[in-house]
Amino acid sequence: MDLSFSEKDFMFREEVREFIRTEYPGDLRRKMKQGKEFAKEDFLCWQRVLYNKGWAAPSWPVEYGGTGWSATQRYIFQEELGQAATLNILPFGLKMLAPVLMAYGSDYQKGYFLPRILTGQDWWCQGYSEPGAGSDLASLRTSAVKDGDEYVVNGSKTWTSFAQWADWIFCLVRTNSMVKKQAGISFLLIDMKTPGITVRPIITIDGMHEVNEVFFDNVRVPIKNRVGEENMGWTYAKTLLSHERTGTAEVPRSKYGITSLKKNARKHISNGKSLLEDEYLSNKLAQLEIDLLALEYSDLRVLSDDFLGKKGTGAEPSILKIKGSEIQQRVTELALEITGYAGFSSLGGPLPMESNAYPTGPGFGFGAGSEYFNMRKSTIYGGSNEIQRNIIAKTVLGL
Amino acid sequence: MDFSFSEEQELYRATVSRFIQNQYGLEARQKIVNSDLGMSRENWQQFADLGLLAIPFAEEYGGLEGSAVDTMVVMEEFGRGLVIEPYFETVIFSGGILSIGGSNEQKQQYIPRIISGECIFATAFAESQSRYNLADIKTTAKVRNGGFILNGKKSVVWAGPWADYLIVTARTSGSQFDEKGVSLFLVDKNSEGISLKNYPTIDGGRASEISFENVELSDESLLGHIDDGFDLLEAAVDRARAAICAEAVGAMKALHETTLDYVKLREQFGVPIGNFQVIQHRMVDMLIAYEEAVSITYMATLHLDHPVEERQKSVSAAKAKIGQSARYIGQEAVQIHGGMGMTDELNVGHYFKRLTMIDVSLGNQDYHVRRFADLTQ
Ligand SMILES: Cc1cc2nc3c(=O)[nH]c(=O)nc-3n(C[C@H](O)[C@H](O)[C@H](O)COP(=O)(O)OP(=O)(O)OC[C@H]3O[C@@H](n4cnc5c(N)ncnc54)[C@H](O)[C@@H]3O)c2cc1C
Repeated sequence: MDLSFSEKDFMFREEVREFIRTEYPGDLRRKMKQGKEFAKEDFLCWQRVLYNKGWAAPSWPVEYGGTGWSATQRYIFQEELGQAATLNILPFGLKMLAPVLMAYGSDYQKGYFLPRILTGQDWWCQGYSEPGAGSDLASLRTSAVKDGDEYVVNGSKTWTSFAQWADWIFCLVRTNSMVKKQAGISFLLIDMKTPGITVRPIITIDGMHEVNEVFFDNVRVPIKNRVGEENMGWTYAKTLLSHERTGTAEVPRSKYGITSLKKNARKHISNGKSLLEDEYLSNKLAQLEIDLLALEYSDLRVLSDDFLGKKGTGAEPSILKIKGSEIQQRVTELALEITGYAGFSSLGGPLPMESNAYPTGPGFGFGAGSEYFNMRKSTIYGGSNEIQRNIIAKTVLGL
Repeated sequence: MDFSFSEEQELYRATVSRFIQNQYGLEARQKIVNSDLGMSRENWQQFADLGLLAIPFAEEYGGLEGSAVDTMVVMEEFGRGLVIEPYFETVIFSGGILSIGGSNEQKQQYIPRIISGECIFATAFAESQSRYNLADIKTTAKVRNGGFILNGKKSVVWAGPWADYLIVTARTSGSQFDEKGVSLFLVDKNSEGISLKNYPTIDGGRASEISFENVELSDESLLGHIDDGFDLLEAAVDRARAAICAEAVGAMKALHETTLDYVKLREQFGVPIGNFQVIQHRMVDMLIAYEEAVSITYMATLHLDHPVEERQKSVSAAKAKIGQSARYIGQEAVQIHGGMGMTDELNVGHYFKRLTMIDVSLGNQDYHVRRFADLTQ
């Protein structure tokens, strides 16, 4: 057992640091500092910078434009991005759809879509969940009926993140309702500009617009936009779910979060003392950091196939997701505790923040409440933590 | 031993509960929250007409001589209804300071106008550096001929935008953290030298940052004794703490009921999610947390008129426990609702946000556990 990095790894780390220092857009850095909302163009801008460097898709095979990095290098890269608090490129195209296309897509689909995903030319969103099909995703009802060389799609998707910005949506749809529910699902790529698609915003409890309902009313989709075979969509989607084995833990982001918490606690003087000297608070911070250390080394063990007795059951991401999401929530919870009253001013609330509506207190509290509310999502989406526990109980423990 | 409510208390409960049922559904509430003003003057007038604004005040000023249990009942119902109108700020908090520390003339001048619904009060006690320490005050009131000159800044003044009058804590002597030297002033918000920055708060309310620049106050604006305002402030704050505990209890009850309804209705995998044992156990734990919250709120409310240390200890016990259960029930309710818990369209998120704010208000869990420990060691 030796966890030290090689000389090569150290040099790689330096290279990544240097790249972020010189190339990460100053605009985005400022926005993050000021707690401003990011626009679509911000994500695209950062992705273009990464693309130009050849680093937009570290986990892709080299033939498609990946980096050919070792697992350790990928880890270092993620860690450096986290430490620098760069904008998180959204996973829908690069991490969720692309692996499915690579594995099951037609030559046309690979040739046309993958390059556009890499450059950010197409913004993808994920159309899985439906009002009646959340945890029980396989019970989805949005239907696709063949008509000539097209499918006619009817139904609705919900909780679709950033559908308001999307050029395309990848959807699970029902193509056969006579068989076992998992066996009648197909995987379709749908152009958001197709007539019959309506997007309705859902405002979340933090006052933000991130998720949407997407309605399909006789939407015509060419059959060539079906991925793989008809009725095989469930299998494809499941492969996708276990594809990203690490990264679900969000360790680097939480590390950065804890560093900022300490910085803010140190700045916050109460009763003439820094809050970091408050025994309760510093204990809670320490406990959080200890839990994160355990998670980090679990993450590394998964990376090295040394988890769950090397059984490789496919449940590793579930474990990382449970602990990772809980830690992310605790970071925001502590942020709110540290800011106290200053976290009360609402950000992106129902009222426009007029010029005289400004954050209170020592400044950093701006948005702490909103962040805390927003992060409640992390134990719900991507398969709720209850569902992840069910998966582990079944696949690892055989219960 | 008797935990039953009096006829009068049941009447208050029924009155408020009817108001909420008929006029304060989520849609109506959100309309008020999103309006320019952010509260409803009509509702305020109704509270006056129903006698709610009169409950805790003495008869000689037009009040109903109600007890802390009476207002507890009202606050619980307001919690269930997520009522935005500043009953807590005006009647309980500022009203409490006036009742405990005001002179006969001050009471005569202001209490009847609170009762009639004519004026709204807010208490400006927090400063950006003060956190939960009520004595950490930089705002100063310097004595001058026949009065005072007020200078400084106050933070997160709840109901500040709506208030006609402010009760302001200021330092008349001593240094930043001293309890001695704290004085309370009743200030007309329209006085020269006062400026406000108003903003919405995360729970749908409104608050202000207020700065006082050479605001001239008369001698009559002093509440209680000069330099000795701290005990008065703390007594009123403890009463206010007990009252928001009651509000939290009401909100938790509604949240538990809503979530229980939801797990019976929402089906996944062909059965109501309430069939899953994981969900059942959590609904049970939420119920237990709620009942504990009720118990400790009663305990604190019944100790408000006990000797100071007992009052402090009881209130801190309650506020610490309420913070814990409010956070737990709020988070679980959102989680059990899944994606629906994240939307602004359900009341779930709104209860969660109000409960989060109550947890932080007037001292968070850590603060009150510490205060309790200090008092019991
Ligand atoms: C912010 C956000 C963004 C999202 N983005 C997307 C997106 O881009 N694309 C997309 O397709 N979806 C997206 N989702 C949807 C997300 O995947 C679902 O919300 C999630 O799968 C849960 O489904 P549900 O909301 O219907 O909850 P439900 O399935 O109704 O679950 C309600 C509660 O019951 C529990 N439960 C359900 N079944 C069981 C069981 N068998 N045992 C124990 N407990 C159970 C759940 O854990 C949950 O606590 C997003 C959700 C959120 C909140």
